Amino acid sequence: MSKLAFPSWAVWLMALGFAGFIALVVLSIRQNKGIKRSLFAYPYGLWIVIFTIIPLFLIGYYAFTDKTGAFTLDNFKNFWDSNYDMHKQLAEMGHNPADLGITRGLVNVDTLIYSLWMAFLCTLICLGLGYPAALFMADRNFKLGSTLVILFIIPMWMNFLLRTIAWMSLLEDNGLINSLLTGLGLPKMRLMYNSQAVLLGMVYNYLPFMVFPIYNSLNKQDNRLSEAAMDLGADEMVTFLRVTVPLSLPGVVSGITMVFMPSVTTFFIPRVLGGGNTEMFGDLIERTFLSADNWNLGSALSLIMMVLILLSLTLLRKVDPEGEGGSTI
Amino acid sequence: MSKFLKRFYLVLILLFLYVPIVVLIVESFNAGVSRAKWEGFSLRWYNDLFNSPAIINALYVTVSIAFLAAFFATILGTLAAIGIHAMKKRPQSIMMTLTNIPMTMPDIVTAISLMLLFIFTKLHRGYFTMLLAHITFNIPYVILSVMPKLKQMNKFSYEAALDLGATPGYALRKVVIPYVMPGVITGALLSFTLSLDDFTISYFTTSPLVQNLSTLIYSEARKGIKPTMNALSALMFIALLILLLLVNRRASMNND
Amino acid sequence: MMKKLFALLLVAVLALSAFGGLAEGVVNVYNWEDYIDEEVIALFEKETGIKVNYMRFTLNEDMMVQVRTSPTAFDVVFPSDYAIERMIAEDLIQPIDYSKVPNAGNILEWLMSPDYDKEHKFSIPYMWGTVGILYDTTKVAEPVDSWGALFDEQYKGEVFMLDSPRDALGVALKYLGYSVNSKDPVELKAATDLLIDQKNKGIVKAYQVDETKDKMVKGEAALAVVWSGDAQYAINLNPNLAYVVPKEGSNVWVDGMVIPKQAPNYDNALQFIDFLCRPDIAAMNTQYIEYSSPNAKAIELIGEEYTSNTNLNPSQETIDNCEFFHDNYDVKQLYDTFWGMVKNAK
Repeated sequence: MSKLAFPSWAVWLMALGFAGFIALVVLSIRQNKGIKRSLFAYPYGLWIVIFTIIPLFLIGYYAFTDKTGAFTLDNFKNFWDSNYDMHKQLAEMGHNPADLGITRGLVNVDTLIYSLWMAFLCTLICLGLGYPAALFMADRNFKLGSTLVILFIIPMWMNFLLRTIAWMSLLEDNGLINSLLTGLGLPKMRLMYNSQAVLLGMVYNYLPFMVFPIYNSLNKQDNRLSEAAMDLGADEMVTFLRVTVPLSLPGVVSGITMVFMPSVTTFFIPRVLGGGNTEMFGDLIERTFLSADNWNLGSALSLIMMVLILLSLTLLRKVDPEGEGGSTI
Repeated sequence: MSKFLKRFYLVLILLFLYVPIVVLIVESFNAGVSRAKWEGFSLRWYNDLFNSPAIINALYVTVSIAFLAAFFATILGTLAAIGIHAMKKRPQSIMMTLTNIPMTMPDIVTAISLMLLFIFTKLHRGYFTMLLAHITFNIPYVILSVMPKLKQMNKFSYEAALDLGATPGYALRKVVIPYVMPGVITGALLSFTLSLDDFTISYFTTSPLVQNLSTLIYSEARKGIKPTMNALSALMFIALLILLLLVNRRASMNND
Repeated sequence: MMKKLFALLLVAVLALSAFGGLAEGVVNVYNWEDYIDEEVIALFEKETGIKVNYMRFTLNEDMMVQVRTSPTAFDVVFPSDYAIERMIAEDLIQPIDYSKVPNAGNILEWLMSPDYDKEHKFSIPYMWGTVGILYDTTKVAEPVDSWGALFDEQYKGEVFMLDSPRDALGVALKYLGYSVNSKDPVELKAATDLLIDQKNKGIVKAYQVDETKDKMVKGEAALAVVWSGDAQYAINLNPNLAYVVPKEGSNVWVDGMVIPKQAPNYDNALQFIDFLCRPDIAAMNTQYIEYSSPNAKAIELIGEEYTSNTNLNPSQETIDNCEFFHDNYDVKQLYDTFWGMVKNAK
């Protein structure tokens, strides 16, 4: 246990800091005779500044500077043309990049597009699989609905890395599924080391995030609405399409948000199930930061990722102005 | 017929979710190391588990961080929710937007931004920084769990308590907090679970000295996971299952 | 309820702080994954009373990032040759006080003045080995003796490559007859094209590092680029496997022990290094992790079992045909960019 060589003063300092915060708040409340309850949010405000806003500025700082700390846009040029820095270095070394057959590098842009495409497919599959599941669970005649919701949550308690690795046991060339196939006298199949396996791993990990919000919004629906529609002569299909689906849209939107956002930056899954044959944007950021040790480019990539996500969020907010996204769990 | 089809579909989906977990648990009882071959039933991995200081240590780090992070995040988050709720429209919407940022940011960006912060402030990455990071990503979930409860609450009951002579602290303790308690508990449980399962943010904000289960599994994944890890997750899985059953029973008892 | 929670918190904080602090009898060791006999650590703790904080890494690059960003976190680190060269250049490590490492005298002659640390001032070799091909004899037509097998279309979907820029490009460079330390963009581009071609033809099954050995044991692929020790580990578990250092030559590497400049426990670090150089301990480690030992006395102790194994104890001729990696920091960006092209090829 003594492996934990973190400074004990730090814990005390933090405990003290918290105590101080709380004392401060309590004091100011007393002074204010309870008029300003908003003071309670101040410690959190400070926390946000230190642990969310400043770190984001740091990413911005690294993204717009070079190794020496001077302002530059090279990191973004490097995103657009992954050979940009290499061009410069080759020129310094007295080579003509064109002679070497080195043109514009598409590595970063391609990886981004590939990640978006994979995330899109993953979201689509999750929606296709998840909507019916949520619909059946929310069925009033189905008593087990709420129990099933818990059954959907439980797998998420198993460590996500281990769950992914468990798929490896199933999909390997000599894995369980292939053993089963050979046992039945069928030929082996290549199930792993490709994009499909990565997609499977993603769907597996993110499916519950699609099911919950849709289930919630379906469950909240007033049954009388669809009954009214039926009474007014709509058949089951029409009622479903014109009443149930539109009313469940906020749930669908938050489901899409909760699946799409994390799946764009998936990492680890491509390495384990895809055999490292394809990289997703998360892997690229990790590799750029750690093994290539290029924090400036890594920050620029992160920044681009973030802007992209904020943009798509704004778009989704237009569809779902109530912001159901947060109130799902 | 259609009822049967619906249930069959749900069973299929659940099967999809549970097959890997069953595989994991079954493997933890396999006598051999190899994932592919069944070499007989054995408890050797469970035995190994309790003799592996690295795993026990990681378990300790994981659970203590999850507990402390949930605790601090719950206090800060509940206070923040009460404060934000009492704010005027404009600052309120600013605060809520700020709260949403860490939730919508990809894990890896949050992780890297915090790593840069810790390196920049020369804070040694380790247990403490990991705890700070976990508190940071937990708070928004607490706020979002408590907020709906606050919105449901009659806004005059707090003021009524003050009018009746309660001090603000007393009114808070006796009126507001009890009312939002279910939200607070949800937030705390949510934080605890999120901390237990987090990998990306822990990975970037800790040093190799302080490993939690996720980062330990990650480094082991590269050389091939030993079934000891499966044994551990099987145990944790069952522990959480029991916890859930207990919470559920308590909830249903309270309802009666 | 709140009171109870608060009491619990206090207990937790107290319990945590009990583990904190930089205790005196401590040495912080940062070594490769799976690279020591755990028993050795226990023995060291028992004999010296110094507590070992043992940490692991999987890539030199990751390790160097850690040492740079947390310079006081480590007392003994185990970088490879070129990383040692780099760390010397970056002034990250300090000279070793040999008067406190009497067992360092056991090191093999040819490793006494290695290219990466000419004066033998900063590092003491821990293990060494080669890079080669591990192949499944039931899955290849004829014995493998050339890197060419990795690029042969008859092994489509049957090859595991190393997921690291230097090692993967190094293999291609060697096959093309260049140096593994090439800094010539023309040669690097040719190597990259070869790797991309290999990937596009579907020959590569996966790029991975430490997973390879266990997968080879299970027969997941026919050929894999591995380090000699991993090969020996796999061969022990699956006798159908064989290891070869290809005739074109390869990379020979040494993992050394170094002490970071700001190591908080310098003396304990020396004591730990000396302990690992002790013949019986070095023999224990060699037999456990099955890489080649730089320790002459340890080799004597193990005897025939070691000397007759050409995987662990290659001929001088094989060694001479191989090259050390050198620090390539000035062209690291080229390697990383070229490697990105390989990873992105579809």
